[in-house]
Amino acid sequence: MKPKKLSFLEILDSYSAEESSLIPLLQDAQDEDGYISPEKVEGIAQHLKITESQVYGVASFYSQFRFTPPGRHSISVCLGTACHVSGGETLLNTFERDLEISPGECTPDGRFDLNRVACLGCCALAPVVKIDDDIYSKVNVIKLNDIIGLYE
Amino acid sequence: MNDLKVIKEKSLKEWQLLRHPDEPVIYIGMASCGIAAGAVKTKRVIQETLEKYKLKANIVEVGCIGTCYLEPIVDISLKDHPRISFGNVDEKRADYIIKKVLLEKDLTKTRPLGHLGPESYDGIPSLFEQPMLKPQVRIVTKNCGLIDPSNFMHYLANDGYTGLSTALKKEPVEVIEEIEAAGLRGRGGAGFPTGKKWRACYDMGSGPKYLICNADEGDPGAFMNRLLIESDPHAVLEGMLIAAYAIGASQGFIYIRAEYPLAILRLSKALKQMEEYGLLGENILDSGFSFSIRIKKGAGAFVCGEETSLISSLEGKRGMPRTRPPYPTESGYHGKPTVINNVETLGTVPHILRNGAAWYRQFGVAGNYGTKTFSLVGKIRRSGLIEIPLGTSLRQIIFDIGGGTQKEFKAVQTGGPSGGCIPAELLNTRVTYETLAEIGSIMGSGGLIVMDTDTCIVDVARYFLDFIQKESCGKCTPCRVGTRHMVEMLEKICSGEADPGILDKLESMAGLVKSTSLCGLGQTAPNPVLTTLRYFRTEYVEHVNNYYCPALVCRDLIEFTVIKEKCTGCQRCVSVCPTGAITGPRSEPHNLDTSKCIKCRACYEVCRFDAIAGNAIIITSKKNDEN
Repeated sequence: MKPKKLSFLEILDSYSAEESSLIPLLQDAQDEDGYISPEKVEGIAQHLKITESQVYGVASFYSQFRFTPPGRHSISVCLGTACHVSGGETLLNTFERDLEISPGECTPDGRFDLNRVACLGCCALAPVVKIDDDIYSKVNVIKLNDIIGLYE
Repeated sequence: MNDLKVIKEKSLKEWQLLRHPDEPVIYIGMASCGIAAGAVKTKRVIQETLEKYKLKANIVEVGCIGTCYLEPIVDISLKDHPRISFGNVDEKRADYIIKKVLLEKDLTKTRPLGHLGPESYDGIPSLFEQPMLKPQVRIVTKNCGLIDPSNFMHYLANDGYTGLSTALKKEPVEVIEEIEAAGLRGRGGAGFPTGKKWRACYDMGSGPKYLICNADEGDPGAFMNRLLIESDPHAVLEGMLIAAYAIGASQGFIYIRAEYPLAILRLSKALKQMEEYGLLGENILDSGFSFSIRIKKGAGAFVCGEETSLISSLEGKRGMPRTRPPYPTESGYHGKPTVINNVETLGTVPHILRNGAAWYRQFGVAGNYGTKTFSLVGKIRRSGLIEIPLGTSLRQIIFDIGGGTQKEFKAVQTGGPSGGCIPAELLNTRVTYETLAEIGSIMGSGGLIVMDTDTCIVDVARYFLDFIQKESCGKCTPCRVGTRHMVEMLEKICSGEADPGILDKLESMAGLVKSTSLCGLGQTAPNPVLTTLRYFRTEYVEHVNNYYCPALVCRDLIEFTVIKEKCTGCQRCVSVCPTGAITGPRSEPHNLDTSKCIKCRACYEVCRFDAIAGNAIIITSKKNDEN
């Protein structure tokens, strides 16, 4: 059984009010529902006694943090070097076209969000696509259609 | 407290029992790469098959041995035969192999890769006779793929923590001397002598000090650290204990990429085990030495691989670098002396303590002692993770170990986005920190990306620059603005819109960024451009002067055509074409309207991979058509 997810307030309370808590705090806050809302930025700023712009400044520096709600399923297309030379870009373009969204966006029905990722470290099996926690290797355009169908 | 000896004896018995088990033992490679290749499904089929035939077996999840092209990998040991390894065990083969090996005891048609351990069986050669494994020298990766990374006993039974006990018997300064004598250099890429770094921190005297393990493996195309942590986490942690003891640190951090969830999980588990057996906390093994380790997840910024940026990030700030000196060994995390070592460097340390500096120096060449791991990927037949003595030639790595390329070899990129593209005529270069620097590249953390004639060199240079430009932290102008200008120039070249003088401009901009950027990221960013301009200038010239991409990659310079004679009329391409450029009734050759085509390659891929398609879509150069 998975441990119950903590609420945002419980997460805040689990961190001491020091600057070095900021990034882990943002990570946990994002884990809760997949993104950092303006309310969370405010809450974190108050808890750590720093300004909201400081919180946002740090959060926006790192590619991990998103500021809009994610889809029910997250698609990450690996664009590491090995994936690039094996056609990762073609896969990303196909997703963009089929889902009619750009990287960083979410489909209007909330089914998928699309992301580009620098490297998932499965380079020997390039090109690689990750949907939620599942990694698909040696993907091509034909496989892509079948894979998307697995997620509702 | 000091009951490690007792546990060690128990672990040896347990390990021995695995080698000649009463009940069959099935090992499944379950690192990220194995899982991506389908190891979870393989495991499920194995469990189902065992149930179906009412067979009993002990399933052990191991890490990755590095032969990724053979994933999923499954080993089986029985009472009467040693551990035998099988490759490419997909769902179908899993059922077959279990039936053959466990039920029928017949190995003839199972295509084993080899056996493990000293005893041979039924003429099956050793696994390490495999062409990819034979030329390797496995020190850091010794346990990878062989032990269960979640089982403390397995690490202990394979000389685990003997490096630490050797270290604790010495004075800290003697440990530093041993590392200095071994000539170990930083495996993160820069090659700074590890012993020297430790000594600088040691010399700062008493007071709080920190040790950071840099596992922020950011180079796209590199996964050495991920594989080592997922397959043998205790090796890195033992290295951290030794390093901390030597420099006098009482707090350690592992700064690891959030993209590596499995590695983080295995580290957390390993840390718990260490606490349980008195290897962390106060007075470790009654030595008076105290140390604790915390995991800090990176939040996705390439620049955080640079040590001063990493420290900023740990402190909760934007991961921006600062000028050195002072070096972190004098003023690092919260202004205190800090040593930052790469995962592989730390993974090597226990072996040096265990076997001595002289032993380590027998590997490699003068000034470049020991081994280095590389991730061998790209257009290579046998891809995966390898470990070789420094001084091995690129030719040996790519052709003897990697089995060469499918199409003609073109170049190999070392050092990721900070490295260079090395052409075929320099393949005899021996891999050392200095020789790679001489030819314009760097050792880097160990990504080796092999390219064949289907890879466009200009496109690769554009790719790396685009990556760096996006990852530039923005602090200094040369990197923030210069890399952007370089990307724009490269995009113009790739799209056939460049002026003839552009290559000189690109070269001078590259020189400027290299000489004036603040940190390593900017200073090395132009390397891919400079090396490709140096070794593949004609390919650039073809793009600029003749609008010709020899590898047929750059979109604006190519065209797609259906060869009528080969087209089977299967309509697969019609269904994937997003713009309706391809038309034609079933069973008749299709038409491709180039004015509608957006060159997404979808039809090309379908036609190439689908069984009933005729491989009828070809890519040609626009220039050739015009001529």
